[in-house]
Amino acid sequence: MTAGGTNLASALAGEAALVAGALVVLAFDLTGARNWSAAARWRAATALGGVAVLVALTLVWRVGAAGPVAGGSFMLDALGTASRAGILVLAGLTLALTNGARRLRHPAEFVALVLLATTGLLVMAVAQQLLLAFLALELASLSLYVLAGFDRSRPESAEAGLKYFLLGGVSAAFLLFGFSLLYGLTGSIEFTGIAAGLAQPGLSPLLAVALVMILAAFGFKVAAAPFHLWAPDVYEGAPPVAAALVASASKLAGFTLLVRLLWPGLGAVAAGSGLPGWLPVVALISAASLLLGNFGALAQSNLRRLLAYSAIAHAGALLLGVMAAGAAGPGPLFYYASTYGLATVGAFGVVTVLDHAGVGPGITDLAGLHRRSPLLAGCLLVFVLSLAGIPPLAGFVGKLLVFAAALRLGGLHSAAGGLAFAAIFLSAVALYYYLGVLKAALVTATKPEQETRLAVPASSAVALVGAAVLLILLGLFPSVLLGIFS
Amino acid sequence: MNALPCTIYVSFAGALLALIAGARSATLARVVALATAVTALVMTLVAAVHFVPAAGLQTLVDRPWVDSLGVRYHLAVDGISLTLLVLTGIAATAGVLFSWNIGERTGEFFALFLALIGGVYGVFLSADVFVFFVFYEIAIVPKYFLVARWGSTNREYGAMKLVLYSFAGSALVLAGLLWAYAAGGGKSFAVSDLAAAAVHFSRLQQLGMFGLVFLGFAVLAGMFPFHTWAPTGHVAAPTAASMLLAGVVMKLGAYGCLRVALPLFPVGFAYWQPVIGWLAVVGIVYAGVIALVQDDFKFVIGYSSVSHMGFVLLGLAAANGRAVSGAVLQMFSHGIIAGLLFAVVGRMVYDRTHTRKLADLRKMALYRRLPFAAGVFVLAGLASMGLPGFSGFPAEFAILIGTWKTSPLWAAIAALGVLVAAAFTLRVIQVSFFGTVTVTPQGPELPPLPPITLAERAGALLLIATTVLIGLKPDLLLDWIVPSLQSPLFQSVLKGGGS
Repeated sequence: MTAGGTNLASALAGEAALVAGALVVLAFDLTGARNWSAAARWRAATALGGVAVLVALTLVWRVGAAGPVAGGSFMLDALGTASRAGILVLAGLTLALTNGARRLRHPAEFVALVLLATTGLLVMAVAQQLLLAFLALELASLSLYVLAGFDRSRPESAEAGLKYFLLGGVSAAFLLFGFSLLYGLTGSIEFTGIAAGLAQPGLSPLLAVALVMILAAFGFKVAAAPFHLWAPDVYEGAPPVAAALVASASKLAGFTLLVRLLWPGLGAVAAGSGLPGWLPVVALISAASLLLGNFGALAQSNLRRLLAYSAIAHAGALLLGVMAAGAAGPGPLFYYASTYGLATVGAFGVVTVLDHAGVGPGITDLAGLHRRSPLLAGCLLVFVLSLAGIPPLAGFVGKLLVFAAALRLGGLHSAAGGLAFAAIFLSAVALYYYLGVLKAALVTATKPEQETRLAVPASSAVALVGAAVLLILLGLFPSVLLGIFS
Repeated sequence: MNALPCTIYVSFAGALLALIAGARSATLARVVALATAVTALVMTLVAAVHFVPAAGLQTLVDRPWVDSLGVRYHLAVDGISLTLLVLTGIAATAGVLFSWNIGERTGEFFALFLALIGGVYGVFLSADVFVFFVFYEIAIVPKYFLVARWGSTNREYGAMKLVLYSFAGSALVLAGLLWAYAAGGGKSFAVSDLAAAAVHFSRLQQLGMFGLVFLGFAVLAGMFPFHTWAPTGHVAAPTAASMLLAGVVMKLGAYGCLRVALPLFPVGFAYWQPVIGWLAVVGIVYAGVIALVQDDFKFVIGYSSVSHMGFVLLGLAAANGRAVSGAVLQMFSHGIIAGLLFAVVGRMVYDRTHTRKLADLRKMALYRRLPFAAGVFVLAGLASMGLPGFSGFPAEFAILIGTWKTSPLWAAIAALGVLVAAAFTLRVIQVSFFGTVTVTPQGPELPPLPPITLAERAGALLLIATTVLIGLKPDLLLDWIVPSLQSPLFQSVLKGGGS
């Protein structure tokens, strides 16, 4: 398909399918399923949502990398296609896990919000223009705020929703302010136009303000320190399925948009002459995230908070991938972000099933899991080891790709190289807290009377095993994903 | 052409099978594990029979793996790796025999055990540094669960310490290797390519890279002063895991030093050589002296392992043909002997007496109640002391002779270490089996202990036969090892070491 042959309708057919799916889910729940039991309504809603995601996946894949669309407002390149497919896979897994979630009220609304959030994330992955990027980000964020506060039976959930919303609102203001300055400086809202506008004047103080605003907003979005404070509370308080979406698909989309904005758009001022450009700022955020995430995780006794701090640490490593993307392309970053998303969705999936069974929230509550549900324990092993970066799982390859790319920038003389070294050494710290989780789940014995079998819903089992198998296969054959970018 | 790569796949497949079989019956899992270990051992032996030492590094598999990094799935074998592959096969088989009595979560135990073995085979077969590292890290995680779940004294602490040291070591290795890879242009992880690129590195880079990579590997090899994980971890581990950890996994570190660190960074090595040599001799004597004053039977063996691994590092530091071939022989020899010692302590004695305190064992008159164990331990002790007729003798002798050429002082101190080893070995033999308490004919008869099982006898005989065979005919292995050291990669270092 040529660039000119792709119109806006076919480029965004996937997003359209999701919105249509959201409407169908809501309509069906109001009409056909009105008198059904709660369980049946959940099944119907997630099934319909799953179909919508599958249709969207097919459509997105068929359009493929068709080049710029709608005058360059959207960019359908390899990164866009890969990201959109990755987001849809992660959203699909989230939906499959929803069936194992604590029974929230309003199944249709929950599923519809997941679909709407996914729509926003998909647009983020291909947006090549400030306004669209902001709208997409807001669509995704507003849906996620509601999802985080969806569990009205628990005050923690409301707290999570409110916290996420307030801080997210502030970060949106920062982003909009930064965007408007950028527009004022360059006279363009398209990334290509901004790049052209910035090629001339170099770094002005105003631009520096814009960059800081934008980086702070994205730092919030991807839970990087020092903009991470919401993450532990939201991961802990939100319904685990919602947290899964926040931690995986939302992160993948955030990084895709960030790398698009920074490299093709603001690449000219990466490391400006005279004033430092945005690279040192990103390096600082990355260093702070690596340190705070890894050391903060050491102190956690709650599995979800631990996953939040691990997410902060991973955001630091992913920012290294962002720094290296200028030279190495987005391949390593995408591989890391997508496989990290898989492992996180999986880990939250296990949390979801446990939460539903009334197990948790402490790490020590996992004791005896290997007897209560060998399947859950086995899957958790794969997810946690992948997060820890142990071969042959995908997390290891991702780590290696990003660190190699960062070191290639300038060896140990560049900030990225030094950070890569720090990240490698911190991974030994990380292994300590990851092993703590695995110790509880796989080693610690419990009293026989506590060893009731845990029931794992079929759809959750399929999603968990699927994610685990994907992590193993992508780790053994990383070229499958990386081939998209070569 | 060669079945050696299948040792890896068979071990991993066996791990999966043992896991499945273990859900049905423990015996089935044991049989699966034994069959897997024996199959892999037979594969290595068949390959050994057909092995042509003069052919150098022989490629077994070579295909692209991660294109964007230039990683190739490249497996190859030479005399050094073959020696260690045979060791792995023997140690794994003996390990299964000595863990026949594991009754709790048997399937999972053997699955982890075989996964560890598969990783070890993979390390010894890798010719690409990336692949090497992948297998190296695969071998780390099973260790944690083996020790933390099936171990004894202070097992969770020991397991965590063991794994964190290993992983911290591997982080150093990864940092050094990625640095070299990036500085070399980031095209390939093949040892030969990296070595070719490393020629152009600045002196400072070579020093830094060698320091990181060597230190990372040396931690796993138990180099003083980074050895403290080894006694703690090996004491906490279940018998088969101690056998494998001390016998084979510590060799991964030494092998990494020899295979990766030395050939890649000859300039860096030349700079650090005295430091390594001194740390090695200090480690030999220090660990020996510590072993002398332990009151826990297993800790004596744990520290003796550190002392004997010091000889391996000393052989590498001496960096001449004789010393390095001695070091490889010592890796093999110590793998067998450490396995035997841990088997007697952990399985034959501790599982029956439930104590490892020398003060308690002293009163138990074990030489009469466990005559087979006593006999095996005496033989193993003699082998460990480096007596002629056992594999320890040609190995340590070659290392000492080779070291003398590089530094007579090191050789002299290391020879002192041999004396210390004789002292602590004789002491522990005397105290543990031939205690001072005399049981009079009128005195109360001590209750009989469960007899030594057939599996234990088979495992012990396998290990004793191996150490005696190599002791009497070390050329069986040296004929593989020495030609392998002729490869240009090793020669650049060995010359640098002034042989």
